[in-house]
Amino acid sequence: MSENGYIVGSNLEKALKAGYFVATGELGPPQSADRSVIEYKAGLLKGIVDSVNITDNQTAVVRMSSISVAVMLLEMGIEPNIQMTARDRNRIAIQSDLLGAYALGVRNLLCLTGDHQTFGNHPQSKNVHDVDSISMLQMVRDMRDKKIFQCGDPIKGQEPRFFLGAAANPFGDPFEFRPYRLAKKIRAGADFIQTQMIYNVPKFQEYMRRVVDMGLHEKVYILAGVGPIRSLGAAKYMATKVPGMEVDPEYIERMRNATKGLPSIKEIKAMDNPEEAKAARQARKEASEKEGIQICIDIINACKEIEGVAGVHIMAIEWEEAVDAIVRACQIGPKYDPARKTDGTD
Amino acid sequence: MIVGEQKPLEEIKSMIGDAKKVLVLGCGTCVTVSFAGGEKEVAILASQLRMASKMEGIEREIREFTVQRQCEYEYNDLAADYVREADIIVSMACGIGVQTMNAQFPEKITVPAVNTTGLSQPTEQGVWEERCQACGDCILHLTGGLCPIARCAKSLLNGPCGGSQNGICEVYAERETPCVWDQIYHRLKDLGKLDLIMEIRPPKNWHSSRHGGQRKIVREDLRL
Repeated sequence: MSENGYIVGSNLEKALKAGYFVATGELGPPQSADRSVIEYKAGLLKGIVDSVNITDNQTAVVRMSSISVAVMLLEMGIEPNIQMTARDRNRIAIQSDLLGAYALGVRNLLCLTGDHQTFGNHPQSKNVHDVDSISMLQMVRDMRDKKIFQCGDPIKGQEPRFFLGAAANPFGDPFEFRPYRLAKKIRAGADFIQTQMIYNVPKFQEYMRRVVDMGLHEKVYILAGVGPIRSLGAAKYMATKVPGMEVDPEYIERMRNATKGLPSIKEIKAMDNPEEAKAARQARKEASEKEGIQICIDIINACKEIEGVAGVHIMAIEWEEAVDAIVRACQIGPKYDPARKTDGTD
Repeated sequence: MIVGEQKPLEEIKSMIGDAKKVLVLGCGTCVTVSFAGGEKEVAILASQLRMASKMEGIEREIREFTVQRQCEYEYNDLAADYVREADIIVSMACGIGVQTMNAQFPEKITVPAVNTTGLSQPTEQGVWEERCQACGDCILHLTGGLCPIARCAKSLLNGPCGGSQNGICEVYAERETPCVWDQIYHRLKDLGKLDLIMEIRPPKNWHSSRHGGQRKIVREDLRL
């Protein structure tokens, strides 16, 4: 820990230490070398969240590298939180990239095992997994606190200092082991946690009750993962097709009800007037999106009441436009949290 | 045991090319037990090749022979006469057998008719499940006798990851492959040894695995 009492002193760490209910966002880099995509998406998140996660080839699909996007965000005055997976890099590459990321100004890091490459667009590739999320945390913590590389050699000169994050899936199995796995991540070096998307609040409450009973919430900042649902189809897909995700049937019902009274997709297809069909489709879309955002707001408000939850991580990948409405309604984050406006910390 | 699977016939035919005298050479050990390259499989492949040659109007002699263990010179010596008369040898052994043949009879090319797929346990009739990756640094005493190197899709040492649901691994969810870390957890729980899963395992020393280069064991006490 440095002299000012902060481990690293990133905005994220400062906001958490100040006791604010923080909001972090997420940006998925493009599958191209197009900088304008980053600038557009980052512009939607600027000033309204405390830090922006940049995914590392999420779902094993090749995308612009996380660290290079982080540099673009820094240039725009946005604090990045880079994600680093153990899937594509061995311990040599991870340490090397992190030396560079620190030198470039990155201060937050989320250590992940990584989605398996068979889910991505290069299923024939070889995976690495030289380390896993837990041993990566330990390695990076030791680089910061002990000034050593994984092999034990000393870092002569500036050590990379990251505010260290890890993921947690409260809905993975065995459920009873999940709080213990969280404890392992804390012992390995996690300073903050961002959870898998929560669409089953009662189960998350039960998970957090166990976490609090173990006193883990006093050792780590836990950010609940949330995200708006765009359509009924998306809700159903997450409920049935995405492993490690649970969706409360209530939300599927709400998404279904959102478009009740509007012309059905079948009726729209049968419409003779293309203008009328277009307007009807737009009405359905807007009604779905409005309800999807409202569900996210409701989940965040529920999370605010759960002991041990220090904030939310809002994952609105490919729908960054939705984040402003969410943080505004929930009155969280650097722009809309009334608690932050009065004391002038930000 | 070492298990393998026969390559598609088309691929084997393309390896044979226009060779006129072909020896299909089986192995009587592991691949016989796993029904991939024993005497019976040699007979089937040889007759398939004979039929294919006939249909394509190619004059070709296909002979068959099976040695007890194709990974040892002494056994392969018994096939020497067949080898001498062949243009090409189609081996139905594992990759070790194919390489032994190429080293032993360098004047002939021996090609593989079998893909060697792992060190597996026959868990039921007609099913072989991988159990070992020969990493050279066994940790089965730490994991309740279940190997995460061979059986976890990410070879995690600190599992299970977030993709474990209802005891099934997300990577092979369609074929309902169990999550080995779920199994390890329950096994250690039954044994009263959950403390083992609470320990943080540091990065593995992969040097003893293939990553340190080709491995070689020399036992001075056994050398002549």
